[in-house]
Amino acid sequence: MRIPRRKDWRLPRVSIRFVHVWRRNFLVWRKLAFTSVLGNLADPMMYMLGLGFGLGALMPEVNGTRYIVFLAAGTVAYSTMNSATFEALYSAFSRMQIQKTWEAIMIAPLDLDDIVLAEALWAATKATLSGCAILVIIWVLGLSYSALTLWIIPIAFLAGLTFACLALVMNAISPSYDFFLYYFTLVMTPMTLLCGVFFPVEQLPATLQAVSVALPLYHAIALVRPLVAGTIPGAPLLHAAVLIAYGVAGF
Amino acid sequence: MNALLDIRDLRKSYGSTEVIRGISLALARGECYGLLGPNGAGKTTTLRLCLGLTDPDGGTITLAGLPVPRAAREARLRLGVVPQMDSLDPDFTVTENLVVYGRYFGLADRTVRARVPELLEFAGLGSKAQAPIQSLSGGMKRRLSLARALVNDPDIVFLDEPTTGLDPQARHLIWERLKQLLGQGKTLLLTTHFMDEAERLCDRLSVMDAGRIVASGSPRELIDDHIEPEVVEVYGDGAAEWGEAVGRRLSERCERAGETVFCYTRGARPLMQDLESRGDLKYLHRPANLEDVFLKLTGRDLRD
Ligand SMILES: Nc1ncnc2c1ncn2[C@@H]1O[C@H](COP(=O)(O)OP(=O)(O)O)[C@@H](O)[C@H]1O
Ligand SMILES: [Mg+2]
Repeated sequence: MRIPRRKDWRLPRVSIRFVHVWRRNFLVWRKLAFTSVLGNLADPMMYMLGLGFGLGALMPEVNGTRYIVFLAAGTVAYSTMNSATFEALYSAFSRMQIQKTWEAIMIAPLDLDDIVLAEALWAATKATLSGCAILVIIWVLGLSYSALTLWIIPIAFLAGLTFACLALVMNAISPSYDFFLYYFTLVMTPMTLLCGVFFPVEQLPATLQAVSVALPLYHAIALVRPLVAGTIPGAPLLHAAVLIAYGVAGF
Repeated sequence: MNALLDIRDLRKSYGSTEVIRGISLALARGECYGLLGPNGAGKTTTLRLCLGLTDPDGGTITLAGLPVPRAAREARLRLGVVPQMDSLDPDFTVTENLVVYGRYFGLADRTVRARVPELLEFAGLGSKAQAPIQSLSGGMKRRLSLARALVNDPDIVFLDEPTTGLDPQARHLIWERLKQLLGQGKTLLLTTHFMDEAERLCDRLSVMDAGRIVASGSPRELIDDHIEPEVVEVYGDGAAEWGEAVGRRLSERCERAGETVFCYTRGARPLMQDLESRGDLKYLHRPANLEDVFLKLTGRDLRD
């Protein structure tokens, strides 16, 4: 099965029973929770700790903080993005194409709209967990104790939803898994490098900076980084609005 | 109109080919209705249209009193489906499959769990409650699909080729269960290309070919209306020549398929006398059945 593309652009119609599709994914995840969390954590952790301590030792402060603190904030956003994207691409695709889970649900009293919404929320949920896992490490390592960091949890959910919606669009137009590689090399990797995960965006030439500002990850980081530093982000509504706009456009 | 499913002049095209070309039928409560047709006739497409999974290009569908596709989601609350390809959830056990599926209908876990033993008993899977899906045989998966289709205690059940690919034992078990469902007053819409299945189960059926209904009625009516009552099959060396020389003359209709000649007739006496007196040809005299009707209406060409 493919996600059929609709001819018209009507608004999605959703039944409250979509919750049960989310619960289905949650139930599967619970069975494998330990390995799943470990897998989610390992990759961003290694980047954060390796680069943070390794490079950090060579560097003076970045924007007035230690490099590892700077990087940790980027990693929260990056990890959120990766987790949502992975879930909404590979996992959702396998549920759709390989396992026929979606087909089974669509002969029950649920529609494609319900499934797509549930998948987006599910991917956002996993993204939130990934973001929180990094947050816990930030606390454990004592990189930040600000109560403001709690705001990162809803922000991770919002950013997760945004990246999930974008990935689901990709999912709908991809004929196979192989296609997703393009999304990673052409969208995800540049986004990671341009949006200030590893270094401040201000280091980039002006044109690339302009590109960066247009990308959703930039705005996710703009929200998370000040919170880690213990300050309230500037223009929080603007950044959130950009994330929401990308998400809504995707959905 | 009290029909549980009412289809009028249904049409559907994929690209430039019209695969459903004006189908009308109505299902009464409590009956088993068969859609009989060769591969590619449009059986699955018809069911998908009735489920609201794909939009028709023309015609109307009313399912359980609701218009489809507009209110398909609500109509599916009262419906069970056994799809052509099993779509059981491989991430779950047998019981979890039923419980999670029940949730999609808004049923409480408690309600479904209370019904699980009964459903598994019905499906002959009583000992498999905790088994992972991967450990089930093809027949067991089919039966679990049937149990899953009953989780919401539906009024009407769609079955798309429920016994294709199963061994005889497994097929008979499914038939037994479907008869039980009919006994409980459920309405069934069944697609198949097995004549014995249709003849055994269906109160009424439609023969489909290339997106059209070419004949409808009870199995008995179809046989009476469309075909001579007796068949003599002749095979082996010399059968073809015998068909040309004798069969054609002594029967109403005479067809050849490979090395076998089929003679359709209202009185087989003269044919039998000729064959007995020759003694060198193998033959079989039998009453006409639904398969003969099917082959007459849809031809003997292969469909892939
Ligand atoms: N999604 C589709 N896109 C294009 N053609 C299709 C699609 N689904 C079915 N068809 C075509 O419609 C015809 C009827 O198919 P189907 O309803 O599956 O037949 P049956 O179930 O009777 O074997 C076939 O010729 C098939 O190739
Ligand atoms: Mg079919």
